Amino acid sequence: MKKLFSRRRRRELVVALGFLLPNFTGFLVFTIGPVLFSLVVSFSNWNLQRTVPFQWIGLANFRELLHSQEFWLYFINTGYLMLGMPLAIGGSLVLAILLSQNLRGIVVYRTLFYLPTFTSGVALMILWKALYNPDFGAINAVINGILTHLHLRELLGLFGLGDVTAPQWLLSTRNLLGVHVEEVRLTASQWGIGARDAIILMGIWTAIGGNNMLLYLAGITNIPQDLFEAAQLDGAGRWAMFRHVTWPQLAPTTFFIVVMSFIGGLQGGFEQARVMTGGGPAGTTTTLSYHIYTKAFEEFQIGYASAISWILFAIIFVVTLVNWKFGSKELSY
Amino acid sequence: MGKKATVRKGLLSAVVSHGVLIGIGVLFLLPFYWLASTAVKPDEQIFRMPPVWVPHPVHWENFPKALRTIPFATYTWNTLRICLITVVGTVLSCSLVAYSLAKIRWRGRDLVFYSLLATMILPSQVTMVPTFTIFKWLGWIGTIKPLTVPAFFGGAFYIFLLRQFFMTIPNELSDAAKIDGCSELAIYWRIVLPLSKPALATVGLFTFIGAWNDFLGPLLYLNDERSYTLAMGLQRFVSQHGAEWALLMAASTVMTLPIIIIFFLAQRIFIQGVTLTGIKE
Repeated sequence: MKKLFSRRRRRELVVALGFLLPNFTGFLVFTIGPVLFSLVVSFSNWNLQRTVPFQWIGLANFRELLHSQEFWLYFINTGYLMLGMPLAIGGSLVLAILLSQNLRGIVVYRTLFYLPTFTSGVALMILWKALYNPDFGAINAVINGILTHLHLRELLGLFGLGDVTAPQWLLSTRNLLGVHVEEVRLTASQWGIGARDAIILMGIWTAIGGNNMLLYLAGITNIPQDLFEAAQLDGAGRWAMFRHVTWPQLAPTTFFIVVMSFIGGLQGGFEQARVMTGGGPAGTTTTLSYHIYTKAFEEFQIGYASAISWILFAIIFVVTLVNWKFGSKELSY
Repeated sequence: MGKKATVRKGLLSAVVSHGVLIGIGVLFLLPFYWLASTAVKPDEQIFRMPPVWVPHPVHWENFPKALRTIPFATYTWNTLRICLITVVGTVLSCSLVAYSLAKIRWRGRDLVFYSLLATMILPSQVTMVPTFTIFKWLGWIGTIKPLTVPAFFGGAFYIFLLRQFFMTIPNELSDAAKIDGCSELAIYWRIVLPLSKPALATVGLFTFIGAWNDFLGPLLYLNDERSYTLAMGLQRFVSQHGAEWALLMAASTVMTLPIIIIFFLAQRIFIQGVTLTGIKE
């Protein structure tokens, strides 16, 4: 009987692996193979144009990039663009809570909010480039309209801020943190609104009503109703209800969303840079992923590009590990 | 609190909620309105300040003009072809793998599942260059193969989604079928797949939109203008006619419209699917 059982087990294993075969082949050819390949290449000076003879150069690529000012600027850019994450996630949660009430026409709102996520891509980036245009874009038209009609300029003039103008958006290296471009330090002259903030704002508009909102909505619907009823009996107000019921119950959802956002954010920024800014002005919207692309496919420095991609991988790995460690502690409230 | 007061309070909060939701909805729609309205503006109205919110007269001829400047029919067909092949490949391969991970009991299954999840943190930039080299070596550059063939080998995220959904299908069904002598492949095809239509539709739609909007893939692999996709064509249009905003907006509208139509037709299945496949242990 035991033998028969194990034979059945073995047969099931064979069938199961048969089902896995396509994925496994793909994994070897498109994941493991390339990963090893790129690791090996990152220790070489391989150049697709063959302008320099192929050579193993050890850790030289890594040493070069860690000492390169470019790399650190692009690293900071990548981090800066991720500053929109808490706003986007918080916004998704607020929208989900608003939609979780028993209101009429919820489907209409939900569809509307999801639209930007669904249509995202080159076309919408071109649209936002037009919206941000300082000369004829709709956004500055609205800002200037408000400044003029509400006589805000006169009001600000009282505080010595009479020369306030609408932001230059994608054309400006200014940013809300005041990060200077060349030496990567904080300066008052760089304080303002510029290309990086513009990209963050567009990202929030695109993502806020998207998948994260749907995940939160599903999470809220799954919270047992009696938890709310019990809280209500205890006289909990709306905020207390959110603080002590909704938020802790949504912890697994939040954890999932945060982990995925970090992974996505660290790899992000390629399309925005390619379609909207060309990575500029002065490299302020070049993220690590766009940097890797230009090094590999425009300058053909395959070895160097592979080295950057491994640094990026290491960063993502560490960040995910930290998230996991921190998150699972939080989860066991 | 009196009953009347409660009703009134409920009504008030409903009005406030609707007000907030409508306000947010308008913020989501305004850029789309700007896109469509700029597309039909006569040139001199585009640069006017304060801006013209309602174009007059409506220049519908911007659309045929944009359509003449870019070979839209060719680009649309190229894009659709890639999308459809990718959807078929992804749905088939991912559901096979997910079935094995959810419905067949075998040693090492959990290990494989978690390794699969772990690959999700691998940035695509690491594999981008070597994969490009492989396709170059195979002589596939300039064809749609690099954009379609990998779909038949499964992707971690969709396998994860489908596996989560398959786990919710009661095992009694497949066990009964097994006793009746059904093979695993037959159970997969005749029982699990038909029961998973919402999840499969979700994965299919996600894949479709991903392929439709994909920009990096075509940028790397398509070098002949006749094989360009819409996203590529549009980007090229920008570099050639960057200053002709009306045409640019008309072209962008044409590219976005099919997606919006698909979305409105499929949104119910889609949102249901996302909700169903949401994180469940």
